[in-house]
Amino acid sequence: MGQSNTYRRYERQIVLKEFGTAAQEKLFRAKVLVVGAGGLGCPALQYLSAAGVGYIGIVDFDKVELTNLQRQVLFTVDDIGKPKAKVAAEKLKLFNPEIQFSVYEEKLGTANALEIIGEYDIVIDGTDNFATRYLVNDACVLLGKPLVYGAVLRFEGQVGVFNYPDKDGSPGVNYRDLFPQPPEPSTVPSCNEAGVLGILPGIIGTMQAAEAIKIITGIGRPLSNIIVSYNLLNNIYFECMVSSAGNNDINFPKSKAAFKSFNYEWFCGNTHHSGEISPEEFDELRKNENVSIIDVREKDELPVIDEFPVTQIPLSRFELGVSAIAEKNKIVLICKSGKRSLSALKLLTERYPDCIAYSLKGGIDAWKMKLHQK
Amino acid sequence: MEINVLVFGQITDITGKGSLKFTDIKSTGELNQLLLKTYPLLGSVKYLMAVNKRIIHENTILMNEDTIALLPPFSGG
Repeated sequence: MGQSNTYRRYERQIVLKEFGTAAQEKLFRAKVLVVGAGGLGCPALQYLSAAGVGYIGIVDFDKVELTNLQRQVLFTVDDIGKPKAKVAAEKLKLFNPEIQFSVYEEKLGTANALEIIGEYDIVIDGTDNFATRYLVNDACVLLGKPLVYGAVLRFEGQVGVFNYPDKDGSPGVNYRDLFPQPPEPSTVPSCNEAGVLGILPGIIGTMQAAEAIKIITGIGRPLSNIIVSYNLLNNIYFECMVSSAGNNDINFPKSKAAFKSFNYEWFCGNTHHSGEISPEEFDELRKNENVSIIDVREKDELPVIDEFPVTQIPLSRFELGVSAIAEKNKIVLICKSGKRSLSALKLLTERYPDCIAYSLKGGIDAWKMKLHQK
Repeated sequence: MEINVLVFGQITDITGKGSLKFTDIKSTGELNQLLLKTYPLLGSVKYLMAVNKRIIHENTILMNEDTIALLPPFSGG
């Protein structure tokens, strides 16, 4: 397509006096990452492609399922079983061949998030779980990238723009200013459990694309420092101002290195099963919850633990002592290297299958080594 | 004095309705206590509180006809 045709495609928006050729060119040069090609991601991707955003990244590790089609409008029955990110890019490429797409058929995690997000100007959060939402938020904060947030359930949705600096250069609020800590997973139903009216993510995802377009082109007032709650049934559009929660002391990674070793699944309470935890996870657990820490080493073993309170129940007498510790707190078992505590964990969870207990991986030695490295 | 409380998302499952009215409540802290007493299940969920469309993080004095919103987190996409 020649240049005149290119501009002709966007004629109806270029003709807007607030928009014009200058805004269109900003869109051509923009790079937007859409995380999740689902209910929110599909409509956002369609309108970003329609608007002429020059470079679009699509992250999704999932495959198309029949139950997606009620809201994920890029996909057809022929796509069932195929990777969402790839199918979405193929469809959108046909729709607008001038756009470049990057497809990431992988789960966004601490290992790849900074690298991927670093390539883009703006991120659209179309994910479906808290762990990835906190991860995307924290990565955008660390990298200084504006994040267009959207979330839905049943007939209601939320939209907002995070981390978008205002004219005086203040950084703008982020998801941690709304919810510094994630909710317990059992208290928030997912769309799988509670359902969602298919058109709702269509509305919210389209609003997210609109926010991205406003940020790129500089027209209008983005939803920065604002959270919108929309109720489709009652036509309620409720805007709230958000200010910084001033929660610097809460547990979020404050450097790229800390981000890479942060366990978001753990943080969001998605790892219920008893098992081994790393020294970092142990520290996080101690900070956020009431835990009973049991030292299963024999009497007078070294090193001495005086950094936090422990109860001593040596492994040799563990079966006798175990009845005293099965309580409602979470339990962390520790020894010198993490081997005996793992044996104790087995004994404990056999006897009390409902208790939540962990074994500190690498033992107190590994924990003390981490402490000294800091 | 009277205040209006708007309830969003899954919190309406607990309150049974989207809008509540209370009288003689002096602060958001007092409102929270009354809400927890009336709807004990609220104790197990996280929600944001907004006073006259402004999210608050600290106890806030309430005035006659203030509108308070309870906004839960959603994760769906």
